[in-house]
Parts: sequence; C-alpha cells; structure tokens
Amino acid sequence: MKTAKPGTYFWQGNEACAEASIIAGCRFFAGYPITPASEIAEHLAKRLPQAGGIAIQMEDELASIGAVIGASWTGNKAMTATSGPGFSLMQESIGYAFMTETPCVVVNVQRAGPSTGQATKCGQGDVMQARWGTHGDYSAIVLSPNSVQEMFTLTVKAFNLAEKYRTPVILLSDEIIAHMRERTIVGPVEDMEIINRREPRSEERVFFGLEEVPPMPRIGEGFNVAVTGSTHDEYGIRVTADPIVHRRLVERLNNKIQNHTDEIVDVEIYNIDDCQIGVVSFGCTSRSVYEAVESAEANGIKIGHIRLKTIWPFPDRIVEKMAQTAEKIVVPEMNLRQIFYEVERTAKDKAKVIPINKIGGGELTTPEELLAKILGEVEKK
Amino acid sequence: MTKAFSVRKYLRDLKLPFCAGCGAFTIMNVFLQAVHEMGHKSLDKFVFCSGIGCSSWIPSPYFIADSVHTLHGRSIPVATGIKLLRPDLNVVIFGGDGDIVGIGLSHFIHSARRNLDVLVIMVNNMVYGMTGGQVAPTTPLKAITTTTPYGSFEHPLDSARLAVTAGASYVARWTTAQPNELKKSIKKALKTKGFKFIEVVSQCPTAFGRRAGFKGTGEMLEWFKKNTIPIEQAEKLSEEDLGGKIVVGKFVQRQRHTLVETVYKTIEEAQRVEKG
Repeated sequence: MKTAKPGTYFWQGNEACAEASIIAGCRFFAGYPITPASEIAEHLAKRLPQAGGIAIQMEDELASIGAVIGASWTGNKAMTATSGPGFSLMQESIGYAFMTETPCVVVNVQRAGPSTGQATKCGQGDVMQARWGTHGDYSAIVLSPNSVQEMFTLTVKAFNLAEKYRTPVILLSDEIIAHMRERTIVGPVEDMEIINRREPRSEERVFFGLEEVPPMPRIGEGFNVAVTGSTHDEYGIRVTADPIVHRRLVERLNNKIQNHTDEIVDVEIYNIDDCQIGVVSFGCTSRSVYEAVESAEANGIKIGHIRLKTIWPFPDRIVEKMAQTAEKIVVPEMNLRQIFYEVERTAKDKAKVIPINKIGGGELTTPEELLAKILGEVEKK
Repeated sequence: MTKAFSVRKYLRDLKLPFCAGCGAFTIMNVFLQAVHEMGHKSLDKFVFCSGIGCSSWIPSPYFIADSVHTLHGRSIPVATGIKLLRPDLNVVIFGGDGDIVGIGLSHFIHSARRNLDVLVIMVNNMVYGMTGGQVAPTTPLKAITTTTPYGSFEHPLDSARLAVTAGASYVARWTTAQPNELKKSIKKALKTKGFKFIEVVSQCPTAFGRRAGFKGTGEMLEWFKKNTIPIEQAEKLSEEDLGGKIVVGKFVQRQRHTLVETVYKTIEEAQRVEKG
C-alpha cells in the first residue's frame, strides 16, 4: 500500500493532511517538532518511506523549508508543517520560494500567539502573516480548512495550486481542526485531480519568464538552470540594478496569482443574494456559524454566510456581492481583527462590518454567542 | 602541440564580479582544474549550492551547471533536499565564512553530524566582504574591521576542527597560497563519501586587507605563506606557540555511514515491513 485506500476513516486532522500529501504526490517532508503540528511529521515519518519518499527532521525550521525547496528543484513535490513560531522563522524562505518560483506546501497549524503564546491552544492570529509575512512585494495563496475532511481535500488542492502556479502555497489550519477526529472519506485516487508542474522540453532554456508561469526544469537533467533569490532575468541570470528587469519579474510573480483570483478562490456560499445580515467566517470559527445561521433563520432573520476556503487571494467579488444586500456583515475570528479589515475594505460603505473576536484558551465563539450578536445587530437598526 | 586547457569551457560568458586580487579567482580556477583533471568534460553531474556573500558567486551563475543561489546561510539545507532525492549527483557548496559558520553554523554542524554527502568549500576571508568589511566569526583577535574599529575582541572559530568533531568524513584546510595542495584536496574530497569540508583561507584585499594593515594581495599571500604550518607539525606544538598560525593540511579522512546510505536503507526497511 502506497497511498490510503478508498474508504471511510476516523482520522485526526493532521493525519488527514499527511495522508492527503502522499496522494497528492508528496515525496519529501522536512520539519521540526512543534505543537500542534508535530503529528504531521510523525505520521509522514512512518508513511512516506513506505511510499518510497523521504521524511527527515531538520535542525530547525530554517533548514526544514530550505530542504523542501531543494527537494522541489529535483522535480519532486515537497512539504513542511509547522506552527506560529516556526512559521515566523520560515518567512524568509517563503519569499525565496516565491521569488524562485519553487512549488511547495507549507502547513501552518495555528496556535495562540504572539511569541510562544499558548502553544496547545487554538488561535487564528496568523491570517495577515500568511499574506504579508515575508519582505517585499509578494502574493500568497492561503487555504483554510474547517474540517478533517477538508484537511484532506485542501492539502491535495494546496499541492495542485503550488504546481499549477509554481509558487509556495500555505495551508493555514488551526489547532482545533488539526487535532479533532472526524469521519473522513477517501475516494479513488484516479477520481482526484492531481496537477503536476509543467516541465520544459529538452531544448527550452527560459525558466523564469516570458510566460506567466514558465516551465520548471529538474536539477540534474542537463538544463543548467541557475536559481537565485536575487532579481534575475528570464534565464535566471542575476540582474541586481536594472529597474526594468526587477519590475518585470516582481510584477509577473504577483500577477500570476492576482490575475487568477477567480480561478483560485474557493468559498462556501449560503444565501448571499438575499440577506439582511451576513457572516464571513473561516477555519474552526466557521463551525459555530452554521448553527447560529440556522437559529437566526428560525428567528425569521434573512441571513447569508460566506465561508472562506481560500483566504488569500481574498474573494473581493463575492464579499462585495453580499454587501449589496446585507446591511451588516458579522466577522467572527479567533484573533483581534484580521479578516475583518479585508471585509471592511471590500464592503466599503455598502454594509456595516461588525467584528466578533475571542482569543485565549482555545475557546471558540459559541453558536449562542454568535446568535446573540446577530439578533442584537438586527434589532439595533 | 595540445592547446592549453582553459577553465572557460565550464563558464558562462559573463563578466566575473570579484575585486582585483580576490582569492575567489584562484579558488574558482583551482576547483575547475580539479574537475577537468578528474575527467569531467562538463559539470552535468554536479549541482552547486551557495548562499549570500562574495564567494557564493563563484558558481552562480557563472558555472555552466545547475546552481542554486540560496539565502544567506541556507545553502546546506537546500543541498540536503537535493542530495537526498538525487544521490547520483555531486553536490558542491561554495560559501564564505559568514555564510557557512556565521549565520549558517547550525546547518554546518548538523550536516557534518549526519554525514550528508556533499562537499563544502568554505572561502574564509576572515571578514564580511560583500557588506563592506565587518567583523566575522573567523576574524583574528585584535584585527581592525569596520565594526571593530579598536580591534576585534573575540576569538575566531576553528571551523576545520569543528567539522572534525561534528563527524565529517573529510576535512582539510589550505590557503590560496597553496593552489596545488588545494587542488589535490578537492580531488580527494570529491572521491570521498560523506560530508567533506575544505576551508580555504583567502585574501580579501578590499574589505579586510587594507584595514588590517596589508599593502595589497601580494603581501596577504606572503602572510599566508609565512604563517601556515602543516597539521603534522602543529600537533606537536602548544596552543601558545600556535597563536596566530594557520594550520593547513588534511585534518581527517574516515569512513562513516553517510546520510544517503542510511536514508535509503530506511526506505527499504519500511517497504519490507509494509509488505511483510
């Protein structure tokens, strides 16, 4: 057995992520122990060698993502998994992977920060870090699962997006989703969409430009590819002062993601065309929203819900649509306002955006708390 | 008459970036001569990794080869990912003292411990040259740099001895004043399995030499010649007698299981257990 057989499993979120990575074609994992992400490394240490892959524990997170980048240039899919403190350490290399167009998956199982914070308790405080964490002009693809099933499907999707756009993709999970166990259904591998990077024909020599997403050669195949995090021309040759070369490169790298926002964006939508009040949620927090929405409807309130599976790029157009009918949009998050600002920016003055924030101890905003807020906001007008 | 060999056949047609008198020219030349003498017509069987610093520009992008110019200090981790998935390739890392034993020190120690199958050529110019001449972990005590205007108040690191202690399979140190010995050493290292470390003490006339009181490249090379002492001789001397001397030669050559060997054995074992 190389990959998990089709069937129904009772997996932990981190386990589902690990199994999904093997199905997606991951053959290299490098990581460093950190709560609450370690189970991914532990599971892959057992499972990847069975699938002919390599799992290695490195000396720190800097080395982990470095090894993943090296592995990716051999033509293999590679992943690392960490939590806030490790994710902070990886930021420089995430920028390097972006600049060198190195596909890879970085799992960040969020815990309560800043700093060491509450290591075993859930948080959603890395939303903006996942978008803006590295220096320079950068665009990120960030996915947010809200169930064990989605830890599975979005891990596969993260690899697919990384390969398709030749860029690092961040799976922004959280402690609750990563540590809970749920029924997880694995379908036949042949029914799943698995995307592999486009590789060059033997005579091709342009690996860093001309096309939006250029083909990526493997090291060791005679392509003589020069990879650098310095500004480079389409042949990979370092060009450290020319303004045109820099503009052309960095604009293309950003555009190849920004111009494909509609294709990348994945959201779960409920009744956004005709709602007096809306909710925008993601990750573990969204699990309370379903019940709150049901209860609000039972109270005669027309309510809509957008649940973000892709946080970045942010689905502006879908939130704009909700703001056209909703007078108010409630944004519950396990942080002190992050996605709130994106919703506010997108809703402009069309809808009033109301934050609901709760941090500490890994405590979720409960459906009752959400409902009380929703009912209160409806009455206020 | 045969045409004289030129290392240019391994180089892209680009202007090299090094200052006049830089030791990087010598090291680049000697490395490519070694490769040529070993019978490699091209660098197709090599991958080069480097970090940030003047000497990290030796392979990238000048060598006609696959080269990964990584972040400051992270060449060894990137090389780890490459070597583990492509054990058939010769992975060679070029880096400066700041890159390898400053910011990247942890990776250096751990890859020697793992006996990762790569060759690390560390160009030790005793200073952060690219950024203009700041003190490095290898700067001699009392040397004047831009960040130690009253002289360095720190002891320098003995990188070669550290590599021996950490578990490297092959460790040597030479200076740019001994190109022939360096070439032999590179050839020896490329034929050895496991973690190979060659430290090359090199002159930086621009950012180090002129502040440290040297008139130019020639004087720095003279200093290397006068100050080097073979390791066999050094072992008989006290630490006091060795003060300020550059110990050169082969520090160790030994057989230890390499990371590639143990990783692939683990995969075999995992698959056997799975089937059984």
